[in-house]
Amino acid sequence: MNDMTPTREQRTAVLEGMGCKRKRVEDIRFTQGKGTYVDDVKLPGMLHGDFVRSPHPHARVKSINSDEALKVPGVLAVITAETLKTVNLAWMPTLAGDVQMVLADGKVLFQNQEVAFVVATDRYAADDGINKVVVEYEPLPPLVDPFKAMDADAPMLREDLAGKTTGAHGPRKHHNHIFEWTVGDKDLTDAAFRKAEVTIKEMISYHRTHPSPLETCQCLCSFDKIKGELTIWGTFQAPHVIRTVVALIAKIPEQKIHVIAPDIGGGFGNKVGAYPGYICAAVASIVTGKPVKWVEDRIENLTSTSFARDYHMTAEIAATKEGKVTGLRVHVLADHGAFDACADPSKWPAGFFNIVTGSYDFPTAHLAVDGVYTNKAPGGVAYRCSFRVTEAAYCIERAMDILAQKLGMDPAELRLKNFIKPEQFPYHSALGWEYDSGDYATAMRKMMESVDYAGLRKQQAEKRAAFKRGETREIMGLGVSFFTEIVGAGPSKNCDILGIAMFDSCEIRMHPTGAGIARMGTKSQGQGHETTWAQIIATEIGIPADNIMVEEGNTDTAPYGLGTYGSRSTPVAGAAIAMAARKIRAKAQMIAAYKLEVHEDDLEWDIDGFRVKGLPEKTMSMKDICWAAYNSVPPGMEPGLEAVSYYDPPNMTYPFGAYICVMDIDVDTGVYKVRRFYALDDCGTRINPMIIEGQVHGGLTEAFAIAMGQEIRYDDEGNVVTGSFMDFFMPTAVEAPHWETDFTVTPSPHHPIGAKGVGESPNVGGVPAFSNAVNDAFSFLGSTHIQMPHDFWRNWRAAKELGVFV
Amino acid sequence: MAKTHVTMKVNGAEVEGLVEPRTLLVHFIRENLQMTGTHIGCETTHCGACTVDLDGMSVKSCTVFAVQADGSEITTIEGVANADGSLSALQEGFRMMHGLQCGFCTPGMIVRAQRLLMENPSSTEAEIRMGISGNLCRCTGYQNIVRAIQYAAAKINGVEFQEAAE
Repeated sequence: MNDMTPTREQRTAVLEGMGCKRKRVEDIRFTQGKGTYVDDVKLPGMLHGDFVRSPHPHARVKSINSDEALKVPGVLAVITAETLKTVNLAWMPTLAGDVQMVLADGKVLFQNQEVAFVVATDRYAADDGINKVVVEYEPLPPLVDPFKAMDADAPMLREDLAGKTTGAHGPRKHHNHIFEWTVGDKDLTDAAFRKAEVTIKEMISYHRTHPSPLETCQCLCSFDKIKGELTIWGTFQAPHVIRTVVALIAKIPEQKIHVIAPDIGGGFGNKVGAYPGYICAAVASIVTGKPVKWVEDRIENLTSTSFARDYHMTAEIAATKEGKVTGLRVHVLADHGAFDACADPSKWPAGFFNIVTGSYDFPTAHLAVDGVYTNKAPGGVAYRCSFRVTEAAYCIERAMDILAQKLGMDPAELRLKNFIKPEQFPYHSALGWEYDSGDYATAMRKMMESVDYAGLRKQQAEKRAAFKRGETREIMGLGVSFFTEIVGAGPSKNCDILGIAMFDSCEIRMHPTGAGIARMGTKSQGQGHETTWAQIIATEIGIPADNIMVEEGNTDTAPYGLGTYGSRSTPVAGAAIAMAARKIRAKAQMIAAYKLEVHEDDLEWDIDGFRVKGLPEKTMSMKDICWAAYNSVPPGMEPGLEAVSYYDPPNMTYPFGAYICVMDIDVDTGVYKVRRFYALDDCGTRINPMIIEGQVHGGLTEAFAIAMGQEIRYDDEGNVVTGSFMDFFMPTAVEAPHWETDFTVTPSPHHPIGAKGVGESPNVGGVPAFSNAVNDAFSFLGSTHIQMPHDFWRNWRAAKELGVFV
Repeated sequence: MAKTHVTMKVNGAEVEGLVEPRTLLVHFIRENLQMTGTHIGCETTHCGACTVDLDGMSVKSCTVFAVQADGSEITTIEGVANADGSLSALQEGFRMMHGLQCGFCTPGMIVRAQRLLMENPSSTEAEIRMGISGNLCRCTGYQNIVRAIQYAAAKINGVEFQEAAE
């Protein structure tokens, strides 16, 4: 060896593998405006489509007259439900087992519902055409309040389901009922409540909101009549699912459908499902023979494609006087809007809401969810959370605080007392999950020490005393949240979408010069997959991450995968990457053994290649093995070096975290200030700490928005009153708090690299932390629960109702 | 609809085109000039994804008509890099500080930050936050965007970048 020989540290560093704060590959193009988003794709002769939408939340459509619209210069076609019926596409299936109108068929069921699709030479002409389509409506009484949906005299919304007493998820109790989903042991739980020394009960609402990524939903469809092929560029979080859905409903052979998801400007669950715009643009392209683009505007985005939440959760906890929980009972009224377009795995009508026992050792629990129709936009998507997990985390974390208040216990102490203990893992929850791993108390204590929790409580007590003495008008709240997520959907035994198991995939192909390409079933919308996936490969096979290109989003080249949402990419596709890389390494080992003239068992892996055991100078680098794979493989072995893995995870992963929000509220104005927010996340093995921190910052900011004001609200007449960024709270840099992040590492025992997923944890844990802070601030004035969102006005109103104004 | 002839200087180059009076500047830039780095996020002036620099001011090009920009000088994200093609201090700062994720707000954010640093090269954190408050980001939570701008400011001012204490 001479001085020029790189050290082991240098050889490791050059790989930029797992654990490295590798700078993002994507940023080179994004910082120069050279990303390619859907609206950046232009084809010769391209047309634009836009929707005529309903001003009414509930009305019969008497007639649609397109005559004047078709006279508008540039307008080429107006598509209605009648047009779509000729190709059997007036309705489309939803991921939740319901059907949804593509265009109004006889009636409209929510404000801004799609009624007709105008196709024109440019987007201005399409808009002119919209204004000339005459639709005659007969208004019907709107149903806005989900609590009135199952009243005997409630108007029937879904006439297509009239008389159907069974839906996709079992019996329907009423004409506006969608499903009832129950989990757990009712008798045992009822018994626990009968025996309980202390109980609490509270109706905890998680209001309707919207993921609203900065880029709206959009697509460009191009049908080639000669070849019979349809190419769709779209904002798709799950491109392969879109291809299969199109094949099933449009009856185009799947090999003739090319789905391309280019760069995506954020998704947050908004871009998982299939929307009328996609169907209409595809049909318009088939009808006109030209490429047709559809680009949603912001108002359309907020009011028609995929709301989130709208869960009204009545939670009850049974406990001993000492604060040991003995039972949990939850009933949820789920408002799904006009169509059940929830984007959950098919067998899960309420997603994984049965994670609602949280991080606590409940001996028994029972859950019932009733889904109902209302005259609101369809959806129920997972806005930066695994399916309904944020609703569940909010429910249990609020309920635990309410129990602590009733017991006169500190909320952190109550949580510590009831945590599932490290030795209990794998832990079988009362509602049916097998938690893979966790060390909750360690994370909680680290959080408490980091922020001087005891000191903050002392300060709060002093401030409360000062408030009561009339020396201050500011109140202080500490919002503790300890969440357990369930992500990585999912094992084929219980997770599928339209019958397709929720595996994910990776194909790695190494080139002769020691470079390679990895193709994935996932699709980044900002998560940085091009950067992090290469890091996993770098560590696994010893090729620098810079030499690995990651490609996603083209269904012709990518292996089939179920896409990116529900924090599933790292738990599922991340595992597939490691498994494919290990296949590469296994073949590489045989090649190295042949070239080094030793038995493969005599070789050991060493950072970036193999070395002969006991003879450290006798080595063969992975780079050299790549070359050898193309010219001198052992006799009988196929040349080349590539592998594919389809990974069906044995279990979900269960990231967790301890968050705390310190908030001050001026009771006279309701104005709050987030003094401090500390977030400790345990997502198992950390692939790129820089990206993890970025994900946590972003998720916390979305949680802040939701908890403190972001709402899709309807008035009593069914009008959306928060349909633009003027009314829908989007924090700017001024409102966004400063974030402190921390971590512990508890690797997943069943995942090849121990990673658990992190993108959604901060939203799941953040919302209860903010809400608990507000509620904790007001609790000493006599309140038990104040509903979200906690904007200034509602805080002021809460103060007023609590009698702080004399 | 009758069209109007407009000329402007975009990223240093003279350009011209025929537009309807109602054509938005952002559509002129994206469709006529084929420069798609400037994005559209809301069409109501709230999100700032379409921010360009127009005669020395940050404007949201989704609510400016192309005819209003006739004769003006415009800089878009495509005109931000250094003359030799390397990343500008701001572009580099966004990458180094992980100031972007999906990249959709990034062009508007960088164009705005460039004007902000010209107006006030020694902006405090509060001034930076206020200065970019017309630009929404859904991914980053802004903290790393602020650091990216501070990184660039330090580089432009020729001082060492020092992260503010927690």
